[in-house]
Formats: sequence, structure tokens, C-alpha cells
Amino acid sequence: MSLSERWHIDKPLFIALLILAGVSLIVAYSASGKNLHFALGDLVRLAIGFGVMVGAAQIPPDAYRRWSLPLFLGGVLALVAVLAVGAVRFGARRWIALGPLSIQPSEFMKLAVPMMLSWYFSRYTLPPKLLRIIGAALILVVPVLLIAKEPDLGTALIVLLSGIIVLFLAGTSWRTIIVVMLLALAAAPILWAHMHAYQRQRIYILFHPQADPLGAGYHAIQAMIAVGSGGFFGQGWLHSSQAHLHFLPDSTTDFAFAVFCQEFGFLGNILLLGLYLFIVYRGLRIAFAAQESYSRLLAGSLAILFFFDVFINMGMVAGILPVVGVPLPLLSYGGTSLIIIMAGLGVLMSIHSHRRLVN
Amino acid sequence: MDRIPLTDDGKEVRLLESRILFAVVFGGLLIAALLTRLGYLEIVRHHYYATLAQDNRISPVPITPARGMILDRHGVVLAENFPVFTLQVTPDRVTHMRRLLTRLQSLVALNAQDLRDFMRRLKEHKPFQGVTLRSHLSAEEAARVAVHLARLKGVALRARLRRYYPLGGLAVDAVGYVSRIDPSELRGAKARRFLGFHHAGQLGVERRYQKTLMGRIGFKDVEMNAQGREVKVLKRILPRAGDNLYLNIDAQMQAIGEQMLGNRPGSIVALNPRTGAVLTLVSNPVYDPNAFVDGIREKAFRKLATNPGRPLDDRAINGLYPPGSTIKPFYAYAALQAPWFHPHKHIVCPGYWHLPHNAHLFHCWKPLGMGRVDLKKAIEESCDVYFYRLAFRQGIDRMTRYLTDFGFGHRTGIDLPGESRGLVPTKAWIKATKQPWYPGQTVITGIGQGPLLVTPLQLADAVATIAHHGVRMRPEIVRGIVDPITHRVRYRKPHSDPAIPRKRKTSLRRLVRDMTEVVEGPHGTARAIGYGLPYKVAGKTGTAQLWSPEPGYKGKRLHSDALFIAFAPVPHPRIAVAVVVEHAGFGALAAAPIARALMNFDLLGHVHVRPQNRMRPEVALTRTAP
Repeated sequence: MSLSERWHIDKPLFIALLILAGVSLIVAYSASGKNLHFALGDLVRLAIGFGVMVGAAQIPPDAYRRWSLPLFLGGVLALVAVLAVGAVRFGARRWIALGPLSIQPSEFMKLAVPMMLSWYFSRYTLPPKLLRIIGAALILVVPVLLIAKEPDLGTALIVLLSGIIVLFLAGTSWRTIIVVMLLALAAAPILWAHMHAYQRQRIYILFHPQADPLGAGYHAIQAMIAVGSGGFFGQGWLHSSQAHLHFLPDSTTDFAFAVFCQEFGFLGNILLLGLYLFIVYRGLRIAFAAQESYSRLLAGSLAILFFFDVFINMGMVAGILPVVGVPLPLLSYGGTSLIIIMAGLGVLMSIHSHRRLVN
Repeated sequence: MDRIPLTDDGKEVRLLESRILFAVVFGGLLIAALLTRLGYLEIVRHHYYATLAQDNRISPVPITPARGMILDRHGVVLAENFPVFTLQVTPDRVTHMRRLLTRLQSLVALNAQDLRDFMRRLKEHKPFQGVTLRSHLSAEEAARVAVHLARLKGVALRARLRRYYPLGGLAVDAVGYVSRIDPSELRGAKARRFLGFHHAGQLGVERRYQKTLMGRIGFKDVEMNAQGREVKVLKRILPRAGDNLYLNIDAQMQAIGEQMLGNRPGSIVALNPRTGAVLTLVSNPVYDPNAFVDGIREKAFRKLATNPGRPLDDRAINGLYPPGSTIKPFYAYAALQAPWFHPHKHIVCPGYWHLPHNAHLFHCWKPLGMGRVDLKKAIEESCDVYFYRLAFRQGIDRMTRYLTDFGFGHRTGIDLPGESRGLVPTKAWIKATKQPWYPGQTVITGIGQGPLLVTPLQLADAVATIAHHGVRMRPEIVRGIVDPITHRVRYRKPHSDPAIPRKRKTSLRRLVRDMTEVVEGPHGTARAIGYGLPYKVAGKTGTAQLWSPEPGYKGKRLHSDALFIAFAPVPHPRIAVAVVVEHAGFGALAAAPIARALMNFDLLGHVHVRPQNRMRPEVALTRTAP
């Protein structure tokens, strides 16, 4: 029994993640303005993340399935608690302070919702009946609304997306999907009317970044400047003037990818994207190889969600999506989100390595 | 608790496969869109965004060059620059402002006004820019702060060059002064010209030679961060310091003139008739230009503006005076051009004159008259009756027509801004005023009263023209332009205005002879100054009467301005002088000694003259001033 088998680790996935962690360290050092202290902090965070992943890989999928409902209910309770007693930061109530730690239950729901829905669907045969789909939709709506209320529209949409992915993978009929999409389209004006002014502005700015270059459009414009000035080969490591001279805000968190673009250019983008897509590919492979429907649904949805995390962040930096607070997995500095991503990857590994030998 | 349904695994896997296949296709489309976008930004639009990033990064910052110095003809410094230290505080870097101010108070003097100004500026400051706490630190204070600078976080000592006029008000009307530019007032081309400069010349050569003195602005490309803080300097284009100016003004002679005028308002202009060099340009009283450099306080300015002596007026080029009798030689010149005029023909001066069929008497300054008077005596003793008759005979137009030969009524073209034209009444002018003109006005214009107005500079230029045998040289303040690095001087070539036609020139010789009699002759009105001089002087006194306001008195009073014009040495003059002393009485008494002092200084190198026995002693002792 090899080392990776004993520790329930998927070797290719693990190596890809290690490389990504290395890139993350390099970018963190540069984006923070050559702050070694910051880079060390990133290293510690990544180490914890890997620890969580390996830990999560040790737990067999059966346990996850059994704990899906309690975890989901606990998450919903935490969300209610946030709205009741959460700490307000940057004008939004998203955190619960636990001593020195402050956790973001909404991030946790990115994992808990797929688990819950996968469990919900795996109890019956697939594809699900319409009634079950409606039931799943009701389950999904509760955390989404709670998160949207914080307000944290970005995370709410991601959580919603995670649920929709499970619904999609579970085999919801195309007819239902099309009807729901048309309904959503019809409801869009209502949603627009209920959005906060700054949220509406973000969408408006997506199409007219020059309308307010020093205000709402500032992030988008400075990110585009950083990306565009990178060119094909990039300016080279530690040569992101946009980050070092503080033109680019949030250069270590949501906009770390812009720093990467300026320093490593289009070539770097392709390599980085390749790395991410490899991880997604690995996740999908695990889903195929899974032996029962809960694992399949969960693995597939986690892999696709991972893909969307990457795509939404990169799309935001590149200016094809509005500025929403979705971090880039591993590259963006962020505590809770990294832990959740790594935990999800740990679940994938667990699914992969706890297969029963059938043949 | 959990139920695991009996499911058809194969069917479910196929379902998952089809769904994931769809997801992969969809995801592939998204990736394609993302890569297209990234490629568009990074390859197609790379140049555009690279420029924007560069613009973000680099800002050009002007480096102001040192302004050229102004020196007198012997190299005495009239205007220079010296470093002043300004104490600045960058609030964003200060952790405890109150504590910092207390510490600074122990190093430099800070009064309540400084602190109030600082608090006001603090409110409107931009992020990461220094706020001035105090300017003009003494050398000691600057040194004290410099020593402690390392421990004073957020404090900066800035040095800049400030214009300084070491001799204060000396020759202020020629030198002028600089003052702060208000950037909001600059527009268009002017704004571009003064980009990066903080001060500009306002008057005198400081203004006229603005471009020469300013030099060329330099630039440094500075890497700035988003907060506008300098990170590092990438490129420097060094500024070129302004050229220095050598003036024709002799600071010592200027000082003598100003001192001799004392507190009497007046003006002195001394020229070299051969070159037009302005040796002295006094407009008394003077004021201190240093007060204007960094903005004069309103109270101080009001005090200057309302001073009855009007120090801010530039009398030498702008003061309009009736020339009084000093104009007589020029009228004589006009008469000499007339075929009917005979300089040797006598008239009798009974002390008064009246127009035919008019009872109004025009008095001579000598109440009992001068007896038989020809042109020579009329100039030597300044006979008014002679010139009343001449004026009446010639008429206003003919009389004043020839004044233009000497530049009256026109700008001299001196290299100073804001020169006055003066006023020469002609028929055309009279017609334009639409006022009635009486023959009596022509008569009094004949002795330099009435509407005829000249500036002291015009008077000096005119007398220099006589001295230089009819060639009028353009008065020039600046002698040369000095390159500050090579010290090479580019001297300005003297410029002559069109000379008096040859056929009229012969009359000038007579004028020189007659004007010499004013100083040298036994009855000359200025014979008192000629006593003991080792050189010959030609001159003409003048006393202009005018109604003007007097401090402490309601309404106007009749005042006498004392005037004197002279040149020396005859027959080859090197200096021509015009002196005007306001409200000082007789020209011979008040103005002539000043002219003598200047001529002495220029020709002999000292002001006072040792008595020389050029005449018999008893005659000398019985001489009295007119």
C-alpha cells in the first residue's frame, strides 16, 4: 500500500494543487508589494488548507452522506445567527466572531448545499420526479435568501449555482430546466428592482467602465489596465506596477489574478488556466468513477463548482462579468473560502480513495 | 436512518455522463470566451493598456530653474536668489500631531498665527502632501530641525530659492520685482509658459526680461503611487538657469541720487548721451520690493498705496510734469528753424508782457525785467517775456512741431514696461479735446506751463540729444545678458533713433553754447553749481508752477516743481541728467545741486569738488543764487 493510498490522497490532484500553491505564494509575495511577512502568512494558510484537505480525505463518503442533513441544518442556523448577532464589516453582516476567529457561514454553505442536495436526491432513484425537484428548490432557496439578506449577493449566487449544478447533474429534465430559465428571465426585472444601488451600479459599470473612472468603475478599469499591460509574455515577476504602486485595489484578494496577468501575460494565463482545468478534469474523473449516486452527484457538482469559482473570478478581472466578491481558488488571500475549497477537494479525494473493490 | 435505494447504476452513470458532457461543452465555451477576452486585452490592446499603466506609474514633475540675477554696471547685485527653508508636515505620516507640534515648538519659533494658518491648511490638504507649518526659517532653526529630522516622523525641511533684493528699494523702478503667480489666473499659452514656475516679474526689467531671467524649466519623471507619493525618479531633464542681467544703472550713482532727494518726491534720470545707457533712474520715494515677493500683506499694501508721496508711481518713466523753463532751449531750436528769427536781435523785457488788445499781464520771473534780451541772454537768465513773444509769434503748432525732434510726445523706447508718452499740444490735439483754446494758453505753453507734459526720462533723452549733436540714442537699462555658466556677456548694441536732419543741426551748437552760459555765465541761473568745477557744464533750470493737492490741506495749492537739465563735459558730453524735485521751489536751488553731484560722481569719481580758483575770489564770494 503506497503512501498516497494509505493517506487517501489522489496523487495527480495533489501535485496539481501543490503547483498551484507555489504559484499562489509567488503571486502573494508580489501582490503584497514584496512583503515576506505576508507571503509567510499565505504559506501558513495554505498549509492549514492542505491539512484540512488531507483530513477531509480520511473521512469516508458514507460519513459525509450521513452528516449531510445535520451539517446543512447547522449551516442554516449559523446563517440565521449571522443575521442576528453577526459582525458588520464593510457595510455587510457576514461574519460571526468566535474569539480571535471570525468565520463566514455563507462560505460554508458552498459545501453544505451540494452535500445536502446530493443526499436528498440520492435517497431515491434518478432522475428525480418533479415533486422532488420542487422540494430540492425549496431546500435551496432558504440559505440563498439568508445569504442575500446579509447582503452578499455574490456568495448567494454561488450557493444558488451550486444547488443548480446538483439539480442539473441529478437529471432534471430539459423541459423543466427551460421553463425555469424562462421564469427566471421574466423575474429578472423584479430582482433588478430589489437590488442595492451599488449592485446595480456594478452591473452598469460592466458595460460602461469609463462612466465613473475614479468611483465605481475604478476597480474594473485598473484591473483591465493590469491585464492588458501584461501582454503575451508579461512584465515579469515582481514587475506589476499596478499592484506595487497601489493602483489596483484588493490586489492580494479578489484581484490577485490581475497581478498574475500583468506579471506573466497571456502565456501565464494559459498555463494557469490549464492547471485549474486539470483539477476540474480530475474532479470529473472522480465523479465518473464513484460507486453510488451520492458520491457521483457530490463529486460532479464540487468539480463543476470549482470551475465556476475560477471562471467567475477570472471573468470579473477580465471585465466580462460584473465585479462580485468571488475569490480565485487558492490564489486569492482569504481564510474561510480557502478552507472550504480545500475541504471540498478533500471530499473529492475521499470519494476517490474509499471505493470498494468491486471487480 | 439513511435509505439507499436500489438503483440502476449503469443508467445513472450514463445520465451523469450525458450531463457532464454537456457541462464540459458549456464550460469549454466559457473558457473560449474568457481566453478570447484575455487575448484581446493582452495581445490586441496590449499597447494601449501598457501606455495607460505607464501613465499611471509615471508623472512628470517640473524642476524650477534658478532665476537670473540682476547686477548693476559694476557687478553690484541688485536682485539674487537665496535659499529659504520651509517646514512641512505630512499629516498622514504623523501619529500624534499635538505631540509633534509641541516638539517642533522647542526647535523653531511658532506663534499663534502660524498654528492657526497650519490648522486651516491642514483641513484642505491633499493626501500625502506636505502642509507648510512655517516658512522662512532662520539658518539656525533650519539646522536645529535638520539635526532632529530623523526622529521627527512626517516632518520635512524643504529648501527653495527666494528672490531677494539686497539693496531694498534701490532702483526699484528699474529693477522691478517678482511676485507669486496665482495659477488660477493663468490661461492658455501663458499658462504653458509659466508651467512649473511659481514667481513672475511684475515690473521693471524683472518683467521686461521675463523670458531671459526665467531660464528653461526642467523635468523629472517620477514614479508615483496611487496616493501621489514619489517612489523613485526615473529620468531627469535638467533645467537651465536664467541668464543674468547686467544693467547700465550705476548703483552708487543711483544711491547718491536717491539720498540727495531724501524724502522729497521727485525723479532723476542720468543717461550717457553717446550710448543711451541709463546710468541712474530714480523715482523717489522708493519702496521695498522684498515685501512683494511672497505676497504683500493687505495692510502693508494699503499703506503704500495711500501714501501721499505715492511711492508706487514710477515717476521717471510715467510721471507727467510740466517742464517749465527747461523746455526753453527746445523752443529756441524751433525758432531757429524759422527764417524770420534772428538770435541776436534784442527785445526789451520790462518784467511783464501782454497780448495785443488784452489787459492781462504775463509776468517775467524777475519782476523788474531784464532789459535788453537776445536769445543767449534769454536762455542764460531764463527770460520769460522773450519766450512769451516767441510763442505768440510762432503759434502753438509751429512751436511744438519741432519738439518731436527730441522725442517729446513719444515713448523713448526704453526697455521698461509701461512708459508714458507725455503730451505735446498740437492743433490736432486741441481739436480732439473739444475745449476752447485761447491765445494766452499758447503764451504760457511758451514757458513750459500749460498742457505740455513730459516725463523725466523724455527730458533726459531730449537733453542727451542736444549733447550728442542731434543723434538720439534709445535709453537702455540693460547693458548685457550674461550666461550663468560660461559667464560670457552678450552686450546690447546701442540703438540710435533717427537723428535730427543735418540742416537743423547747426542750431544745436548755438544751444549748447547758450546752455553752457546758464552754468558758466556771470548771470546764469545755475551759476552756483558751476563754481569750482574742473569741467564745463551746460544746463537749464526750470520751475514749473502747478496746482496740486497737499497733504493736510483741503483742496489744491500752487506748488513749484524744481527742474534742472544738464550735460557735461562740454564740448564732449559723457553724461546728461534731468532732475525733477516736486514742490521744491526754484530749479537752480533744489534740482541743480543733485545734477552736479551725479555729474561729479560720473566724471570725477566723487561727489564733492575741491574749490578751485577759476575766477577772481571777490567775484566768487559775491555770487549768490538766483
